[in-house]
Amino acid sequence: MIRIENLSKDYKTKTGLVTGVDNVTLTINEGEIFGIVGYSGAGKSSLLRCMNLLEQPTSGDIEVDGLNLTHLRGEKLRQARLKIGMIFQHFYLISQKTVGENVAFALKAAKRPKEESAKRVDELLDMVGLADKKDVYPAQLSGGQKQRVGIARALANNPSVLLCDEATSALDPNTTLSILRLLKKINRELNITIVLITHEMNVVKEICDRMAVMQDGKVIEEGEVYDIFSDPKTDLTKEFISSVVSFDVPQPILDACTGSIIKVQFKGAVAGEGVITDTVQHFDVKGNFLHGTIEYIQEKPLGLFLMEIEGQPDNIRRAITYMEGRGAKVEVIQNGI
Amino acid sequence: MGFDFQHMLELWPDISKAFGETLYMIGVSLAIAIVVGLPLGIVLFVTDKGLFLENRVIKSILGFTVNMVRSIPFIILLVALIPLTKLLVDSTIGPAAASVSLSVAAIPFFARIVETSLREIDKGVIEAAVAVGATPWMIIKDVLLPEAKPGIIQGVTITIISLVAYSAMAGVVGGGGIGDLAIRFGYYRYDNTIMIVTVVILIVLVQILQQLGDWTSKAIDKR
Repeated sequence: MIRIENLSKDYKTKTGLVTGVDNVTLTINEGEIFGIVGYSGAGKSSLLRCMNLLEQPTSGDIEVDGLNLTHLRGEKLRQARLKIGMIFQHFYLISQKTVGENVAFALKAAKRPKEESAKRVDELLDMVGLADKKDVYPAQLSGGQKQRVGIARALANNPSVLLCDEATSALDPNTTLSILRLLKKINRELNITIVLITHEMNVVKEICDRMAVMQDGKVIEEGEVYDIFSDPKTDLTKEFISSVVSFDVPQPILDACTGSIIKVQFKGAVAGEGVITDTVQHFDVKGNFLHGTIEYIQEKPLGLFLMEIEGQPDNIRRAITYMEGRGAKVEVIQNGI
Repeated sequence: MGFDFQHMLELWPDISKAFGETLYMIGVSLAIAIVVGLPLGIVLFVTDKGLFLENRVIKSILGFTVNMVRSIPFIILLVALIPLTKLLVDSTIGPAAASVSLSVAAIPFFARIVETSLREIDKGVIEAAVAVGATPWMIIKDVLLPEAKPGIIQGVTITIISLVAYSAMAGVVGGGGIGDLAIRFGYYRYDNTIMIVTVVILIVLVQILQQLGDWTSKAIDKR
């Protein structure tokens, strides 16, 4: 759906050339929700803005829905943009126009006849749950409602792609969740490919199918969200994951542990708990849970447990081998052997 | 000599004629300032760096011209434009003649005010319109003008009030209006009554215009 090839974007500043995006190659598949994570300044926003040419790449190519955008200008670019919706962190609605007029504006860009446009506005507002706010001005809406108007505007011309620029970063957690659910619904029901950038890992965890992590303009890690959560490769990715899956155990408690402390991870937590029970029974070791959680990512469980094992060194070693044999990933945090 | 009520009544026809002339001058030059200055202000804005019709050449030429006209003191402009005035209205005295210089002065003044009001629009709103696939004309008509409307109305108020002041100056070259009356009677003939009356009329006029402008700007603002 979106093919990005060797894309770079440099910015001229007073102090010289700054690289925003550094030779990124990325493919986003049709119908998926793709998340791009990174701290501010990582280049994720520049990359996203290249996808509808709000930002002109310095080099490289962008193809959306089979159309190479990179060299499009004027009317052709305008036509292409009708099929690429975009929503923003600060919504950017026309404050002097009503909700209905804001949505109608997008339809006007596609030169839809007035009658058809009026019908479509009602349809769109109904879809985002704002049917009763048609004649209200944006100033009277809450943040979440404003973003819903933004979504209605972005979807007006039946785009194949929806770009979300930190779309939930200005919203409170509950509103964020409701907007994410709406995005997911749009993705599933209308089969619109969604690309979102965010610094909040829970957004990715909540709705994304695949993700990329960016740092210094480069994509440093990319893959299925579940795979990245269960097996992060880079320190930055681990850091991001720890922001939603935290394993902090107070130091005095760790100090009081005399045995080995291990981190056990199961893909499929329900089976995992059985493994631990079996291990404790078969190898004459004692297991104490220090921390544990089951995260559901893309509706698949990922079990993560931090535990202390006490017993004969040989038994501990065999217990670990046994758990690994049954599909667990075991990491020894503190070796008490 | 103090204020002479009888004298004021005697000259009332002159006063009301002068007031009519002032309104005429302001009306004509304001209309021209809006018709020419509004598009000019929009062009100054949209050709700026990073905007959807970025064009350095047009921006520089217009910017330079606007600055040039604005840097000429109005009293000089009044005299300097006499040939143009003669050409356009076939006369160099009277309110119609004064309207020419007033318009020339008001156009760049209003254009800069429009440009400043447009600059206050959040760039993101314009960008969202670009992203939606809107044409430049749509962005101007449906985003820039509505968003800047409260500011532009404030700008119209400022322009009218400046025109009141400038039109009074037009009296120097026989332009007619309240200012002309103040100079001929109040200044040259030491007629304090007329001086006081004209000044009061101008004060009241400015106060009313400002109030009206503020009220309108607020009433149409949906933010």
